Amino acid sequence: MVNNQEKKITAEELSKKHREISVAEFFTKNRHLLGFDNPIRALLMTVKEAVDNSLDACNEIHILPEIYVEIQELSETRYKVIIEDNGPGIVKANIPKVFGKLLYGSKFHRLRQSRGSQGIGISASVLYSQLTTGKSTKILSKISKGKQAHQYELNIDTKTNSPNVIKDENADWDKDHGTRIELELEGKYQKGKQSVDEYIKQVAIVNPDAHITYITPEKERQDFLRGTNELAKEPKEIKPHPYGIELGNLIQMLSITTTRTLQSFLTQDFSRIGPGTAKDICAKAKLSANTKPKNMDRQEAEQLFKAMQETKVMAPPTDCLSPIGADILERGLQKEVNADFYVTTTRPTSVYRGFPFVVEAGIAYGGDIEKESQVRLMRFANKVPLLYQQGACAITKSLGETKWKSYGLNQSGSNMPTGPAIVVLHLASVWVPFTSEAKDAVAHYDAIIKEIKLALQECGRKLNTYIRKHIRAAEQRQKIDLFGKYIPELAASLSHLTNKKEEVILKKLEKTLKKELPTLESENGEKK
Amino acid sequence: MAKKNKQESKLKELGLKVLKDVEKIRNPNITIPVRALSNVIFNKKSKTLELGNKKSKRFFFNVAHAKKFLQTIEVASVSKNLLNEEKHASLRDVFYMMKRTIPGTSVNIVDEQSESDNVIEDLELLTGDSREQLNINANKNGSIVGKVTIEDAGDTIRWDKLGSGGWSIPSNVEDIKFKSVNAKYILYMEKAAVWERLNEDRFWEKHKCILISSQGQTTRGIRRLLQRLYEEYKLPIYVLTDYDAYGFYIYSVIKYGSINLAHASERLAIPGVKFLGISSNDIEKYDLKKHFIKLKDHDISRLKQLAEYSWFKDNKQWQKEFKTMRQYGSKAEIQALSSRGITFISEKYLPEKIKNKDFID
Repeated sequence: MVNNQEKKITAEELSKKHREISVAEFFTKNRHLLGFDNPIRALLMTVKEAVDNSLDACNEIHILPEIYVEIQELSETRYKVIIEDNGPGIVKANIPKVFGKLLYGSKFHRLRQSRGSQGIGISASVLYSQLTTGKSTKILSKISKGKQAHQYELNIDTKTNSPNVIKDENADWDKDHGTRIELELEGKYQKGKQSVDEYIKQVAIVNPDAHITYITPEKERQDFLRGTNELAKEPKEIKPHPYGIELGNLIQMLSITTTRTLQSFLTQDFSRIGPGTAKDICAKAKLSANTKPKNMDRQEAEQLFKAMQETKVMAPPTDCLSPIGADILERGLQKEVNADFYVTTTRPTSVYRGFPFVVEAGIAYGGDIEKESQVRLMRFANKVPLLYQQGACAITKSLGETKWKSYGLNQSGSNMPTGPAIVVLHLASVWVPFTSEAKDAVAHYDAIIKEIKLALQECGRKLNTYIRKHIRAAEQRQKIDLFGKYIPELAASLSHLTNKKEEVILKKLEKTLKKELPTLESENGEKK
Repeated sequence: MAKKNKQESKLKELGLKVLKDVEKIRNPNITIPVRALSNVIFNKKSKTLELGNKKSKRFFFNVAHAKKFLQTIEVASVSKNLLNEEKHASLRDVFYMMKRTIPGTSVNIVDEQSESDNVIEDLELLTGDSREQLNINANKNGSIVGKVTIEDAGDTIRWDKLGSGGWSIPSNVEDIKFKSVNAKYILYMEKAAVWERLNEDRFWEKHKCILISSQGQTTRGIRRLLQRLYEEYKLPIYVLTDYDAYGFYIYSVIKYGSINLAHASERLAIPGVKFLGISSNDIEKYDLKKHFIKLKDHDISRLKQLAEYSWFKDNKQWQKEFKTMRQYGSKAEIQALSSRGITFISEKYLPEKIKNKDFID
């Protein structure tokens, strides 16, 4: 009996256990990889993914974003999130896939600056909602004025990673166009540095062209008004730069290209490769310019890849980026932060690993900002606030390594500086190198760190000029004013020492102060 | 009383000097000798540190000087009160007597005791009197034991009849009278724990000597008491410190005087003291290397400073000590001797060193 039970397991039997794991199933088990690791964060992620999508959608159709965010507290652990925008809407046939299938999206396959990129975000929220509450998600969308809106109720079939439509009907909506999503989830609402409130405030700073209405779980209505009516520039899509691809990408591109020769493949499917450069590359790779791309084997692809890296190619075009712009960023800061002084800068475009990027920085100083504590750093990537993993981020590192003492702030070693300041740092790129899929921290690329530091130094210099002019002058003024208060003290002690009348001494000292005042002021002016 | 009046008139003189400026509607100022290494001169003849001629002016109407100027006049006024009332105050008392917030501001006349201590030292220079003469005393610090009888404030005290704690050395030892002194030498040590060890072994009785310890830096009271015993009874003084830069500097202060109090060297420095240990010879001879502690950056920089001091610069023996320690890259404590047995220090190390006159000068 015992022996019979120990019968051998055959490969055939084992193979029955092998089966494809769907992305949705994978997420179910690894939700932390996408940032849904605790209830506080899950609520934030849901708002964030929906708001990012709304802003991206509005940008695409050149319209000033009008966004409505509402969080309702259903119980201490359960919330309803509603997000509505005035974007282009989604055609009926695509709605189920956009919201009910992971890794379905319009942005992953293009090289262009956008907030989202992988097509995971919003469907992950849908999945999270269904996992924690069993409820399905409601979507309402309308694509133009004359047409009817569509209302869907759906969830995700985790086995097949496909949408499971529960309700599909026409509806009336008084909006011209837009999308509204409504979902329930297990979550927790908290205030503070990593809260939904903070997220929306920071979004308002870097997107001053958006009007955001936010109804908090405490039913308070917050309106983040526009700081500008200028539309954010729409970023152009670019072709890959030869320095920005990996061998695997190249092999894939060779297999799907519509071009017929290697020469035309290089000039048409890449940016910055002209006929001359293409010839150089072919020569270096020891391949004929007439080779058919589709017929190239792995060995040839590798030769080509090497040659591409070794050939000097102009830096990628930069119109694929849409920085906020120094002026607009300053307006964003001014409307959300009450300070005495603002400075912002946009650096010229730079390149890391063949990907163009732009760094923008801003500092708000004084006013309502807390005086004695650490400087607050607000990090942004493609206009999206990064609220988690501050310590692991290249932006944080660059800030610490900047010598703030020369720019008027206090700092010990390479720590965060202290003083009444908020530092805003924005990295815009067609491909932001995050340290993980949860997109919390920027990876440490030297080229990026260098640009961040230059941006911070540029702002720092202007900050220092301001501090020197205004604050130091005020401090000196105060010190000079102190003499008036010192005089009675000195008069009293001196009178006690010499038995001379205090009032006489006092009057004479006051006279001397008047005489000395111009010298005192000019001395201090010269010193600093 | 005449003495008290003398001090009082010096304080008044200081006040009148300032008053002169006030009356002529000039920016009031005080001239004070610079108390820093840059103004300390090693007198090769007397073998003590002296204050040089560098002076600085402290102005009242100057953003950087104002507060210190006010403190200086204020401390003079506090001292005048003490002399008037014939009361003594501690450094801490004086700090509190000066400390108050100036009306209409958030500025305190003094924020830390180091500030009042500092202007008290300035006042000594300005009046030429020691702080004790101005009725300001430091805390008592250090213990002493030996076959000595003294008279202090009307009491007769025998230093050999005070048990395990010994006699505590007050800040002001000027008025102490020695009735009988029965000792062949004085042993001064940096560590109170070592003093306790030697007292328990009744080392002072067996070897007919006086034992004195401080805790860390040697106070003025201890230095003045050492100087009086040295001058009045011609007793040799041997210094025992840790094997590190700070221990060496303790010896340097007792022997030559300190940088901060170079003006008081005459009453404090004892050029005849000898350094007993711990020396680098001891390290080799008594096999103390296994108890080495690695030098830290501040130890090394302190060693470099010591080697540069003009009173050590031409002293070959000391330069060799500094160099050896840097080569070792290590320091050691007196207590490392205990690894050879708890009474090793009293029964072997000290008797051997003293008998062989194994000193550094």
